[in-house]
Amino acid sequence: MDLLSILSNSLRGAFGPEAAIYALAAVGLNLHFGYTGLLNFGQVGFMLVGAYGTAVPVVAWGLPLWVGILIGIACAIALALLLGVPTLRLRGDYLAIATIAAAEVLRYIYRSEWAEPLTGGVFGITQFANDFYDFNPFSGPFVVGPFNFSANALWVMTVGWGGTLLACGLVALLIHSPWGRVLRSVREDEQAARSLGKNIFSYKMQSLILGGVLGALAGSLMAINTQALTPDVFMPILTFYLWTIMILGGASRIMGPVLGAIVFWFLLTFLDSLLRQAIGTGVIPSGWLESSDVGAIRFAFVGLGLMLLMMFRPAGLLGKQKELRLDVR
Amino acid sequence: MSGDQEQHELEPDLLAEREELIDVERELEAQGPSAGAVRAAEALTGVAPEPGVAKPDPILSADGVVREFGGLTAVDVDHLEVQRGTITALIGPNGAGKSTFFNLVSGFDTPTRGSWSFNGTDISRMAAHKIARLGMVRTFQLTKALMRLTTLENVMLGATGQSGESLWRAPLRFLWSDQERSNQKRADVLLERFRLSHMRDEFAGTMSGGQRKLLEMARALMVEPDLVMLDEPMAGVNPALTQSLLGHIQTLRDEGVTIILVEHDMDVIMSISDWVVCFAEGRVIAEGRPDDIRRDKAVIDAYLGARRSLTQEDDK
Repeated sequence: MDLLSILSNSLRGAFGPEAAIYALAAVGLNLHFGYTGLLNFGQVGFMLVGAYGTAVPVVAWGLPLWVGILIGIACAIALALLLGVPTLRLRGDYLAIATIAAAEVLRYIYRSEWAEPLTGGVFGITQFANDFYDFNPFSGPFVVGPFNFSANALWVMTVGWGGTLLACGLVALLIHSPWGRVLRSVREDEQAARSLGKNIFSYKMQSLILGGVLGALAGSLMAINTQALTPDVFMPILTFYLWTIMILGGASRIMGPVLGAIVFWFLLTFLDSLLRQAIGTGVIPSGWLESSDVGAIRFAFVGLGLMLLMMFRPAGLLGKQKELRLDVR
Repeated sequence: MSGDQEQHELEPDLLAEREELIDVERELEAQGPSAGAVRAAEALTGVAPEPGVAKPDPILSADGVVREFGGLTAVDVDHLEVQRGTITALIGPNGAGKSTFFNLVSGFDTPTRGSWSFNGTDISRMAAHKIARLGMVRTFQLTKALMRLTTLENVMLGATGQSGESLWRAPLRFLWSDQERSNQKRADVLLERFRLSHMRDEFAGTMSGGQRKLLEMARALMVEPDLVMLDEPMAGVNPALTQSLLGHIQTLRDEGVTIILVEHDMDVIMSISDWVVCFAEGRVIAEGRPDDIRRDKAVIDAYLGARRSLTQEDDK
C-alpha cells in the first residue's frame, strides 16, 4: 500500500473544488440553522436553482455567464420568498417539510420533458462556463510533490475558497451586529423577541434569503466546476451532507462549515483510497469487499464517525461544548 | 460537574439575594406608602368599585373583547380600563381568562371580536412587535430567557430603534457603534439595578429561575415602556426574591410606569396593587381597590372561597 498517495489523495479531496462548494453551501445552511434556528432541509433546492439559473441563460439565450449567476441569485431569492411567506409564520417544522418537498419537486420539474427545451431534461446541459475559464489566470497545472491540480481546478478552488472566506467574513460581521443579536434571539425564543418589538418574520425571511443565496452561489460554482449539469446531481442526500458538514464543524460557529467541509471530504477521500488500495493489493481479500462497494461503505464510515463525534463532542469540532449543556427549554 | 462546585457557584447569588431582601425590608419599613402609591390612590379616589367602571386617565381601554375557542368562550370583556401610573392586578381562578386576555391585548393572540386602545391609539389586531414598540411590553408566565445569549445581550436586545438591526447597516459597524455604546451603558445601569451585573457576560442559560425573572424584567424595561404587563412574575420564586421583585415593581410604578400583573398569591396582590380586577369564566366580575375586592361577595364566591371570607369576618 502506498500511504503517501493515499494521504495526498485525501488532501486533494479536503481542499479540492468540491470541498469549497460544499463549504459555501454549508455557510448558508449555518446562517439558517446555526444562527436563526430555521430547519432548512432543502438547501439543495437553492443550489439547484442557482446552478440552472447560471447555466440556462448561457445555453438557451446566449447571455454572458455573469448575467447567469445574477439570475441564479434572483431564483434563490424567489424560492426563499415562495417557501418563506407561507411557512415562516408557522412553527419551525413546517419550513422543514416545505423545504425538503420543494427541493424534490424542483428536481422533478427541472428533469421533466416539459422543461427539456431549457434544462435539457435528464440529459442535462454542458459547456456553459467557458466565460469563467477564459478568465483563468493560471496557465499550467499546479504540481508540488504529490499534489497535482489542473489549471482549471485551481481556478475554481481559488474562487470557491475565496468566496467561502468572504461569505464567512460577511456572516461574522452580521452576527456580531445588532442584526445578528436579533437573529440569535429568534433562534432562542421567537416569542421573547416579539415581545421586545422585533419583527421576527422579517428576520427569518432575511436569513432564509441570505443563506439561500449562498446556497445558489455554491450551486453556480458546482455547475461551473463540472461544465455539465443534470438534475440528478441535486438529490436530497446532498442537503444531508451539508447538515453533516455543519454539525461536524460546529453549528453556529463562523468557521464551523469550512472546517466541517474539509474534514468531511478528507475522510471521504481517505477512506475511498484506503479501501481501494487495500482491495487492490489484496490486504482485504476480494471475497470480502469488491471495489464497487467502496463508494457506499465509505459513507457508512462517515456515519460512524459522525456518531462518535456526537457522543464525544456533541457541539462539533469548533463548537463550545458548554453551550450545549445549557438547559434549553 | 461535582456537587461541591455547584454549591460554590450558587453561593454568591444566594448572598446577593439575601442582601437584597434585607435592603428591601429596611426600605419598606422606613417609608410607609410610597409616592407612587399615594399618587395612584389619589387618582382613583371616587372611582366606583364596579365592573367596567371608567377611570380618569386610562392608559389601556378594552371594549367588547371576545375570544372563542370553538364553542368555549375564554374571554368576554365588555369594558375594562386601566388607570395610568397604577399597579393593576388581574386575579381569578385558573382558566378564568386572565392570561388569554393578556395575550389578546398584547397582540400574541387574535380575538374573535372586540377593540382596545393604548395611550389613545387603537391597537386592535396590531402585530405584537408593533405594540411592544409603542411602549406596551409583556413578560411570560414561563420565563423566556434567551439561553445562548449573554445576560448583557439579552438586555440590549430590548432597546428599540437600533439602526444596526437593519441588514444593510449591520456590516458597517461605524454606523451603529455610537448607539450600541449608549445602549450598553443603559443596559449596564439596568443590570446594576436588578443586581445581575455579576452575570453580565455569562450565558442567560446559566441563571437560576429567580434571576431569569429579574432578567426578563430588566429586558422589558430596556424597551422604555409606558405599560408593563407581567404574567405571574412571582410564580416559582422563593419568598426572598418575591420581596425584591415586589420592591422593583413598586419602584417602577413610582417612576410613572403603569403595571398590569396576573398573580395568584393573594397576600402579594393585596399588599402592592392599587386596583384589582377579578376575572371568572372569561368575564370581569368585579374590580376595585384591594379592600373592596376582599369584601366583594362575587369575588369570594368565585375565587377567594369560604374560608378566606370567614377569616375576614373574624377580623372584624
